[in-house]
Amino acid sequence: MQLARVIGDVVATRKDPNFDGTTLLLVQPIGGDGKDVGRPLVAVDSVGAGVGETVFFVRGKEASFPFHPTEVPTDAGIVGIVDHFHVPATD
Amino acid sequence: MILARVVGTVVATQKRPQFEGAKLLLVQPETPQGEAKGATLLAIDSVGAGVSERVIVVLEGRAAGEALGKKLSPVDAAIVGIVDHVDCVE
Repeated sequence: MQLARVIGDVVATRKDPNFDGTTLLLVQPIGGDGKDVGRPLVAVDSVGAGVGETVFFVRGKEASFPFHPTEVPTDAGIVGIVDHFHVPATD
Repeated sequence: MILARVVGTVVATQKRPQFEGAKLLLVQPETPQGEAKGATLLAIDSVGAGVSERVIVVLEGRAAGEALGKKLSPVDAAIVGIVDHVDCVE
């Protein structure tokens, strides 16, 4: 999994029918220092996340598990909303 | 599996039910020599690891789900061992 900021909504009318009813969000992965890491990506949401929130997302087939038995054709899914994270300073 | 260092903790109230009771840790992947490499990841802990410990992380969904012990868990990384030491000849 990785931490990320939700930075946008994605709307697609024409899409694989197994996406019906799901929300697609644009997320920017971040590191333990809170800084952006890599490129933004599109993830399905299964926890009710919204723009501006810090979340964590899972990659791979497991991203579709929250929608079981529907086989959502996704490779990234938001599975938690972060209350806070803590990275102690190292020596 | 990869070597990594536990660098932080994460608290999330709103999450998929399979995460209930699971400990979420931030881990920094490392080279065998101990240099940080790549982006920080979030892994579930199944062995009681803590911040600053060196650990073995499995980066594959099925294996990580088995570490959590719940069916259809939406996870892709799990800490499955705490490293005592690594002997690397290269």
